[in-house]
Amino acid sequence: MLKIKNLSVKTNNIEILNNLNLHIKAGEIHVIMGTNGSGKSTLAKTIVGHPQFKASKGEILFEGQNILKLAPDKRARLGIFLSFQYPTEIPGVNNASFLRMAYNTHQKSQGHPALDPLEFEDLLQNKLKIANISEKYLDRAVNAGFSGGEKKKNEILQMAVLEPKLAILDEIDSGLDIDALKSVANSVNSLKNKNNAIILITHYQRILNYIKPDYVHVIHKGQIIKSGDKTLAHKLEKKGYEWLITNP
Amino acid sequence: MKKQNIKNIANQKYKFGFKTDIESYIFKKGLNEKIITQISKNKNEPPYMLEFRLKAFKHWLTMPEPRWSCTTYPEIDFQDIHYYSAPKTNPKKENLNKIDPKLKKTYDKLGIPLLEQKKLEGIAVDAIFDSVSVATTYKAQLMEYGVIFCPISEAIQKYPDLIKKYLGAIVPYTDNFYAALNAAVFTDGSFVYIPENTICPMDLSSYFRINTEKTGQFERTLIICEKNSQVNYLEGCTAPKFDTNQLHAATVELVALDNASIKYSTVQNWFAGDPETGKGGIYNFVTKRGLCQGKKSKISWTQVETGSAITWKYPSCILKGDDSIGEFYSVALTNHHQQADTGTKMIHLGKNTKSTIISIGISVGKAVNAYRGEVKISKAATNARNYTQCDSMLMGDQCDAYTFPIIEVNNASATVEHEATTSKISEDQLFYFQQRGIDTEQAVSAIINGFCEEVFKKLPPEFSVEATKLLGLKLENSVG
Ligand SMILES: Nc1ncnc2c1ncn2[C@@H]1O[C@H](COP(=O)(O)OP(=O)(O)OP(=O)(O)O)[C@@H](O)[C@H]1O
Ligand SMILES: [Mg+2]
Repeated sequence: MLKIKNLSVKTNNIEILNNLNLHIKAGEIHVIMGTNGSGKSTLAKTIVGHPQFKASKGEILFEGQNILKLAPDKRARLGIFLSFQYPTEIPGVNNASFLRMAYNTHQKSQGHPALDPLEFEDLLQNKLKIANISEKYLDRAVNAGFSGGEKKKNEILQMAVLEPKLAILDEIDSGLDIDALKSVANSVNSLKNKNNAIILITHYQRILNYIKPDYVHVIHKGQIIKSGDKTLAHKLEKKGYEWLITNP
Repeated sequence: MKKQNIKNIANQKYKFGFKTDIESYIFKKGLNEKIITQISKNKNEPPYMLEFRLKAFKHWLTMPEPRWSCTTYPEIDFQDIHYYSAPKTNPKKENLNKIDPKLKKTYDKLGIPLLEQKKLEGIAVDAIFDSVSVATTYKAQLMEYGVIFCPISEAIQKYPDLIKKYLGAIVPYTDNFYAALNAAVFTDGSFVYIPENTICPMDLSSYFRINTEKTGQFERTLIICEKNSQVNYLEGCTAPKFDTNQLHAATVELVALDNASIKYSTVQNWFAGDPETGKGGIYNFVTKRGLCQGKKSKISWTQVETGSAITWKYPSCILKGDDSIGEFYSVALTNHHQQADTGTKMIHLGKNTKSTIISIGISVGKAVNAYRGEVKISKAATNARNYTQCDSMLMGDQCDAYTFPIIEVNNASATVEHEATTSKISEDQLFYFQQRGIDTEQAVSAIINGFCEEVFKKLPPEFSVEATKLLGLKLENSVG
């Protein structure tokens, strides 16, 4: 589904990603770990086309198509979704309308009819259950004044509505209380199927008690320096990154 | 990519940019006593009017071109402008059926039908094309109520007493550079007189159209509301797309006597210049002032400003009568290279006078949007109250918004409140929309609409509906 080949990314003339390679097949869950500032969020934002991060080398193929030249909204409509580490607040824009706007652009690009507010309301009821978020957040402005955890849940609600092929979850578990962590993990599991894939960026092994990854990668200085299965995450939790970095 | 998107948004199409191909009688370019005398002659004016014009012109010659507003433009060559242009076929027809079909078609295309029904329905229109009024609808029917609605050129001949009493009484030609210029060279505009105890049976409106290139439009409007009378007045304007700038310097004077109420609404949609280069467009330098002369009188200015290359206007109220009320509600959207410096003055002279100012500015592209307001409470204005609120929204990092409130209080019993907010559409917000599959154009409309929904709650409901509709259209155009 996703093939990243020799990807290098610079911002403000600083190289952040350096010759990075990653292959993801449909049905897989990949975990990415790494120290602060190692380039995890940069990788996520580069995949979705954030204007601040431009590939200086390499390519990103999504279902065989090089997406590096595509506008971010086009990439999104191909089915690539990013749950942001720090979701942006958008005062004045109603959350429910935002969700419907997003949903309808996807419908349109797939040649399906747009849903009117009432039809969408029906669809939303089910999605609210999956994301385990209260209806009352629909009437508020997108993320405006939401707590850290509420923002994360709202990202999951958007994912539930859009049903992306590839979901990149950047620290979805940071700032969540124990119950919320469990709830978010359950949501992710129920959205997972054999046709879609997930990249899970995290600092903690904790979430992997609920979500079972196929691969765990360690990123350092913009490169993947180690890949393994979920036991790698356990090892990192115990030993930290030191041993890997000094002795890869 | 980022730049590209913002450019697209600023790339609105102007729907009214066509030119009517009509033979016109045009004065040679230039400004001098001879030209002014000729204008006065063409309008069949009595001598007092020519005298008024020439005095204003003499005064104007002594004044420097003002440069204190937040706008930049090259020096204007006042000798490079035609001061009079009128369609040859139509020196005003009383019978609407005899109007030149080309003109009729022009107004149809602008969505302003020049026709009358049997009943007083819809809205009466005074249609001003370059320097002349080409049609005024429902004139006779309104006269049955004692309401005078006619071109000011006609009022100057027919109602000299009213003109002598009020013309220049609220905005004297000494007031400012453009007021002086207007007094010297004004060509047409509307005149409204509502007699005592009369609620005007229909809304009145003027529609200004500049058609000829390099022609200035200098309109003059005077509205007089006698005791216990009421009128709603609406002003609209458009112009063709030209590469050169055109000057529109209007003067509007309103007088409300005891218990009278005037609501003056403007929908300003002059051509704003080329979106890419900023070339062309209207310079809209306007003086508008209302005098609440009588007790409990009320003047309300509402404006939606979406056009013009440069807007420079401050519709104001002088609250002279005790318990009089002044209001100013403004929504200004500036896009690409537009510059707007607008606001109001509320001068409290009478006791228990009350004013409300709500100004909403939205800047997109490379536009500049400034609010300039003055609230003055004089010594005699016991218990005067003012409430001012200014909200601005900026989109992108190339536009600017400024607020210049001046508050002068000379009476300790006054209550003056001022609130201001500025919001900005950030690249991160736009990216958030894009990442969910929504393109930037739609994102910007959603954010601006959201902002408007919030701040429009403070506007009078019927105006807020109107403003939402207009901005919706404008933004739709901007994303089309
Ligand atoms: N606009 C920028 N200008 C300069 N440096 C940047 C910019 N954006 C990111 N960086 C740098 O790139 C590096 C990688 O940042 P990134 O956000 O990808 O790290 P991360 O792995 O997600 O870290 P964390 O675990 O703290 O979220 C950091 O050193 C960061 O300071
Ligand atoms: Mg990060």
